[in-house]
Amino acid sequence: MTTRTEELLLNVGPQHPSTHGVLRIVVKLDGEIVTEAEPVTGYLHRGTEKLAESLNYTQIIPYTDRMDYVSAMTNNYVLCYAVEKMMGIEVPERAQFLRLIAMELQRIASHLVWWGTYLLDIGALSPFLFAFNDRERILQLFNELCGARLTYNYMRIGGVKWDAPEGWIDRVKQFVKDMKSHLDEYHNLVSGNEIFLSRVKGVGAYDARTAIEYGLSGPNLRCTGVKWDLRKNEPYCIYDRFEFDVPVGKNGDCYDRYYVRMEEIRQSLRILEQALEQFPPEGETMGKVPRVIRPPVGEVFVRIESPRGELGCYIVSRGKAEPYRLKFRRPSFVNLQILPKLLVGESMTNLVTILGSIDIVLGEVDG
Amino acid sequence: MSEEQKQEQSPVNGTEQPERAPEGGERPDAGAAASGETPAAAAEGEAAAPAKPERRPLTPEEREARRQAALAARAAKAAAAGGEGAAAAGSAATGGDAPEAPPKPPSPNQPLLDRAVQLIRELVAEDAVEEASLNELNDDLPTLVIRAEHWLKTAELLRDHENFRCQYLRNVAGVDHETHMEVVYHLLNMDSGVMYCVKVRTDRDRPSVPSVVPLWKTADWQEREIYDLLGIDFPGHPDLRRIMLTDDWVGHPLRKDYVPVDPEV
Repeated sequence: MTTRTEELLLNVGPQHPSTHGVLRIVVKLDGEIVTEAEPVTGYLHRGTEKLAESLNYTQIIPYTDRMDYVSAMTNNYVLCYAVEKMMGIEVPERAQFLRLIAMELQRIASHLVWWGTYLLDIGALSPFLFAFNDRERILQLFNELCGARLTYNYMRIGGVKWDAPEGWIDRVKQFVKDMKSHLDEYHNLVSGNEIFLSRVKGVGAYDARTAIEYGLSGPNLRCTGVKWDLRKNEPYCIYDRFEFDVPVGKNGDCYDRYYVRMEEIRQSLRILEQALEQFPPEGETMGKVPRVIRPPVGEVFVRIESPRGELGCYIVSRGKAEPYRLKFRRPSFVNLQILPKLLVGESMTNLVTILGSIDIVLGEVDG
Repeated sequence: MSEEQKQEQSPVNGTEQPERAPEGGERPDAGAAASGETPAAAAEGEAAAPAKPERRPLTPEEREARRQAALAARAAKAAAAGGEGAAAAGSAATGGDAPEAPPKPPSPNQPLLDRAVQLIRELVAEDAVEEASLNELNDDLPTLVIRAEHWLKTAELLRDHENFRCQYLRNVAGVDHETHMEVVYHLLNMDSGVMYCVKVRTDRDRPSVPSVVPLWKTADWQEREIYDLLGIDFPGHPDLRRIMLTDDWVGHPLRKDYVPVDPEV
């Protein structure tokens, strides 16, 4: 008797727990092996860039919260940074520190969400609970700082909206101390686990050349050994004052991406320790900003290192209170492009492993 | 116009032309350009002064005069900058009519820009570079405007020539300027950290810019997004389809003449 095989067309998503949002992937399968994969995006497209054209700059900040909603602080920052650059606004020292502390806490929170859900995707349940426990403490700290847990609207053009409440800095210090020991526990729990290693080692690998060709950034680029971190290479805010390393991988596989993100948590904790130590005891939290924010005619492109990679903001101004054109260079959107290439030839079970390792947020993919 | 009046009015003025005004170099131009109207306005101001010295809002003529002065100053400055940027070409033409601005230290990026223009002219085509300037708002970012018909060859040069080696395409953005469309590329050399901004302009009715997907794979989805939201065609793109909106969507929302099909939505 002969076995007859047929190509199978499988639709993954847009409602699927492992796509972390509304991503759809149309997969062609030959048995268990993926022969073709096509991501379909746009289910969460809200037209942020279009909406921004009829809003003034301060009104756009809440919209940036909703792009990468796992890392709203960095999104807030990139818009404020762009406008401040255009108008030459000086941000006071204390506000700079508050911004930096918020962004690094956010990076830890974002990587924790990734760590928890990624392991959940590939079958390890308990890390999720640990990760969300620690993340909850960060959200609580943010809640004290600005009264919101996810969509902060905390940074404003020229500074930050609220000063740190009484005792907040000490609570962040305590968190950093605890998180350091937790991170070692997490490594003990997962990083050497046989089953985990066999799922991620050598899976979804690409080299540095490919990564650059696809415009990958963040851990997706660094996992191939390219030492490129905008906090070091093009310092913004006050990152040039602190000592930290840029962790890189070697093989560009899922394990290296895992490793790079875990080490980035450690480096963020290092930055936080220094920043909390040097935190100015008093000072303004808002710089001198004109009542109506009207950047001069011209354009600017700024970029920062968000937890997911290079987050850019391109503004074309015609001297009005609203941007003529506002474009975000969204790292999740750019990084996701490599997915079809990585999936071809892999088994269907690795689809989730590889997709998860890219670390996308659909709010950012779809803009 | 008396000194107090100037101070009194400066907040109003400040909103018209933020932070440009105090720069020393523009003063002579501004005065010269507005000389036709300024004395009249000043005389009027003096006459009105005894009655209501403070809180007198700017008359429309005065405001217009100020606006004209600012515009003239800005134009002169832009012309001077453009002259520098185009190195050989335009400096003689613009240098004559405007008094030279006080010597500003030349930007360290100026040689980068000059070299880029020279190389593109030599190796691609004499008329490939439409404009070249440094973007002062953006840390003097070297900015080039390339003619669409020479864009692919220039892009290849920017990626492969040892002087550029821009292996990383950071960002692709489309802009509808109402008179024309523009695709803006930000290119980066990761070894030296040097960045270039390259713009390609295209006609607004049938916008089309050659695709750079064969050179940088990252352009794939970014060009699709621009096609989707601005309607710019990218000949040479392997799979140019809408990416954000549904396939049956009518129009391209980021175009300035976009009319929503259903205004209720």
